[in-house]
Amino acid sequence: MRVGRGSRRERAAHGADREAVTKLLEIRDLKTQFFTSAGVVRAVDGITYDVAPGETVAVVGESGCGKSVSAMSILRLIPDPPGRIVSGSIMFDGKDLLALSEAEMRDVRGRDIGMIFQEPMTSLNPVLTIERQITETLEEHLNVSREAAREKALEMLNLVGISDPERRLKQYPHHLSGGMRQRVMIAMALACGPKLIIADEPTTALDVTIQAQILELMKELTRDLGVAMIIITHNLGVVARYADRVNVMYAGRIIESGDAVQIYHNPKHPYTLALLRSVPRMDQARGQKLRPIDGQPPDLTKLDEGCAFRPRCEFATEQCARAAPVLEETEPGHISACWEKARVGLTEAVG
Amino acid sequence: MNEGSAAMVADGGGDALVRVRDLKMYFPVTEGVLISRVVAHVKAVDGISFDIHKGETLGLVGESGCGKTTTGRCILQLETATDGEIWFDGQELNKLSKAEMRPLRQRIQVIFQDPYSSLNPRMKIGQIIAEPMMVHGIITDRNERDARVRELLELCGLNPKFADRYPHEMSGGQRQRVGIARALAVKPEFIICDEAVSALDVSIQAQVINLLEDLRDEFGLTYLFISHDLSVVHHLCHRVAVMYLGHIVELAETEELFGNPLHPYTVGLLEAVPIPDPIVERKRAHQVIKGEIPSPINPPSGCVFHPRCPKAVDGCKINMPEFREIKPGHWVACTEV
Repeated sequence: MRVGRGSRRERAAHGADREAVTKLLEIRDLKTQFFTSAGVVRAVDGITYDVAPGETVAVVGESGCGKSVSAMSILRLIPDPPGRIVSGSIMFDGKDLLALSEAEMRDVRGRDIGMIFQEPMTSLNPVLTIERQITETLEEHLNVSREAAREKALEMLNLVGISDPERRLKQYPHHLSGGMRQRVMIAMALACGPKLIIADEPTTALDVTIQAQILELMKELTRDLGVAMIIITHNLGVVARYADRVNVMYAGRIIESGDAVQIYHNPKHPYTLALLRSVPRMDQARGQKLRPIDGQPPDLTKLDEGCAFRPRCEFATEQCARAAPVLEETEPGHISACWEKARVGLTEAVG
Repeated sequence: MNEGSAAMVADGGGDALVRVRDLKMYFPVTEGVLISRVVAHVKAVDGISFDIHKGETLGLVGESGCGKTTTGRCILQLETATDGEIWFDGQELNKLSKAEMRPLRQRIQVIFQDPYSSLNPRMKIGQIIAEPMMVHGIITDRNERDARVRELLELCGLNPKFADRYPHEMSGGQRQRVGIARALAVKPEFIICDEAVSALDVSIQAQVINLLEDLRDEFGLTYLFISHDLSVVHHLCHRVAVMYLGHIVELAETEELFGNPLHPYTVGLLEAVPIPDPIVERKRAHQVIKGEIPSPINPPSGCVFHPRCPKAVDGCKINMPEFREIKPGHWVACTEV
C-alpha cells in the first residue's frame, strides 16, 4: 500500500489501526482513470473504505460520481483501454486483488465475490438455460459434477423464492420477468458461497413492489448466510432502509462516510445535506418547495486542486478553491471531507 | 365497472377540463405471418373514468404495464380508444376529425420521459422549440419567433445561447428543460407529463419539479402527471389515481390517499416505497406484496388484484368490485374496505 500523507490520515480517520483484524475488504487510495480523446477522466480519485464481514455498505451518489467504476475496480472489470486502475490497493480476505494474475482474479470473481448488476436481461446469457447459467459457475469454481451442480442450482432457486423451480431450470432468460431474472442473478451470486456481494443498482430497473421483494430477499439472505454486501445505488430511500454504513460519493471521491443514522440525521458535508433536502418525501407535509442543488456535477476531465463541489456549495470559501479537503472525523465512525464541516448541519432539520 | 358509477365520478364539482369516461384500450395480439389473425387482446386500459379540473394536477401512478402511459396516449389521440369517451373543454375528442382536432392539439401538450430520444438529434435547440409554433402557425415572423424561443429558454432556466446548440451538447436535465420549453411554445392549457422527471438524478430532478410547479402557478396550467415515483407524485399532485392492470383502483386527494389508503394495492404500494430516513424506516411496516403483476392479455377474473391481495375473499374472484365513493372525493374499487 502506498503510504502517502493523505492516506495515512484517512486510515487513522477510518479507525483501521484500531481494529485492523476484522476487515473483509480494505480499499486504500484507489484511483481509476479513463484515458480518452477528451482527456483523462478521473472517475475514481482516491477512495478509501472498509467492509467488515457480514456488513452492508452503501455507496451512494448521482450518475457519473464514480460509484459503479469503484465497484468494477474491486472486481478488476475496468475495460482497458481506455480505463486503468492507476494506484491504490484492494485487500480482500488477506489478498491484494490488484496484485493477482488474471487467472487468479477469475477464481475470486463469482466464487469469493458475487455480483448482481442492474440489468438482469443483459447480465444473463440469453442462449443458456437457467440451469446452465447457475451450474456453469458452480462447475467452474467448485469443481463439482454436473449432477451435484444441478442439485445445488435447484436448491438456490428454492432459496431465492422462485416457484416451480424444476420447470424454471429448463427455461431461458426471456421466459422470465424482470423480477424473476433478478432472483436468478441473486441465486447465481450466492451459489458458490461468496463472502462478499457487490450489487450495482440491483433494483433500479424494477417496479417498486418487485424492488421491495428483491431487497427484502437480499437482506434476508445476506444476513442468514453472513455475506457482506456493497450496494451501489442512487436511491436514498433504499440506502436508508438497508445499509449499515453509507459512503457518499461526489466527483470520484468519498466525501462523507458514516452509519446510516449519522449520514441522514447529522450530515456533515454540504453535498450530503443538499442531496437530502432535494428529495421529495411522502411522509412529510406537502406544500413546501424542494431545494434543488444549483448547477451540475463537474467535468471529471477538468478537476482542479480545489474541492469539486465548491461551485454548487452554499458554504464555499476561498480556501475551498485552494485545496481539496481530506476526510476527517467529526464524531466516532463519521468522517467528512469539507473545510467548513463545523458549519454544516441540519439547522432547519429535514425531519 | 358499471356505467352508473362511471357517470358520477365528476367529484369535487368545479369545471372539468378533461373528462374521461369508461375508457378502454385493447391492443390486438396477432398470430401468423402471411395471414395474421387476432388471437387475443392486451387489455391495457379496461374501463377507467376520471376528471381533471382546471388548474389541477392529477397524478396517475402505477407499476409498469398498468396502463398509465396508454391512458395519456389516448387523451392525446395518439391511440384510437377501443371504447369510452374523452372530453376536453366540452368537446368529445374521439368524435372529432383530424382537422377539428388540430386546434385542440395546440392546447394539449406532452412532455416525455426520455430527454435523449424525444429531441431530434439533427435539429438545433432553437428549431426544436420553434417547430410547434410553425406547425400551428402561431408566430409567422422569424425574428419574433427567435425572440420567443429565447424567452422560452430563459423561462425554463436555460441560457438563450443554447438555441444554437444541438441536443447532444446538453445534459439530461437541460434536455428535459428543452422538452418543457417546446411544450410551452404553443401556450397550452393542459400538459401530460409522462414520467417527465424519472430519468433525472435527484438534485436535477428537484430543479425540474420546481420548474413545473412555477410554470403551473404562472400560467395556470393543468397537468396529468403520470409517474411510478410516489414521492414525486405526493409532492406535486393535488389528487392521485392509482392504476393496476388497466383499472383505477383508488382515487383521492393526495393527503387523503397517502394518509388513509384504502385499497390493499395502494397500501402495499406505499409500504414498498422506502423513505430516505433510517429511523423512520426502522419503525415502518414492510408488508411486501407477493407475486408478480399478471399479464394484461389474460387478466385474473373478478378483481384483477385478487391473486396478490392479502385481504381477498372468495367473492373477489368472481366480480370486479364497483368503483365507489366511500367518502366525499375518495373513490375505491374494493369490496373489503
